[in-house]
Amino acid sequence: MFELTSEKINTEKSIDERAGGVVVFEGLVRNHNLDKGVTSLEYQCYEAMVIKEANLIMNEAKEKFAVYDLKCIHRVGHLAIGEMAVWVYAACVHRQEAFEACQYIIDEVKFRLPIWKKEHYVDGPSDWIACHRCGEYGNKKEKSHTHEHRA
Amino acid sequence: MKVKVIYFAAMREQAKMNEEWVETTAVNADELFDQLNETHGFSLDKSHLKVAINEDYSEFQTELKEMDTIVFIPPVAGG
Repeated sequence: MFELTSEKINTEKSIDERAGGVVVFEGLVRNHNLDKGVTSLEYQCYEAMVIKEANLIMNEAKEKFAVYDLKCIHRVGHLAIGEMAVWVYAACVHRQEAFEACQYIIDEVKFRLPIWKKEHYVDGPSDWIACHRCGEYGNKKEKSHTHEHRA
Repeated sequence: MKVKVIYFAAMREQAKMNEEWVETTAVNADELFDQLNETHGFSLDKSHLKVAINEDYSEFQTELKEMDTIVFIPPVAGG
């Protein structure tokens, strides 16, 4: 259901004939962040913990929403502009649950998984992206603020 | 007591190593971070970090045990 890969993400999906609504989210590497030109992204992760925490997230989504099929694949390593970093797939009987399940998974993935990315810039030295506002809240799992995380 | 510490992202670059076994008298992750910070001089403040013990999110005040694996988790940025 969840997979980490250092290869190009395989978006092949099986068809569940009960599903009338399928929502797919693709997170891509874009060529800028705020006012800086970005040339590539480097993802690093704590693999053992990513797998454990991601499986928790997928199981939570299964309990919260009436889903037939859920998949999430996150890529690590060095990615070029336009390449896919994360892929989420939710198949449900209707669209509403599919949208909600997909949204839940990508939000939790970004908030909880120990994955880090280093941006390489057109001008200037590369830098690890860090949302300090998330860190301020220590080990609480609930989201304590809403703002766009730069992905 | 001996514990294993694994570093990631900016902390890995600052420690100049992926992981290390540390001999420590620290009773919890909070004290352990202070000890490691003296050696490595991390740029991230403790208040910006989470901590994982043996692959689970934990608390800075949780008591450490011999052979624990500790990871100080900089702000994450997956997706």
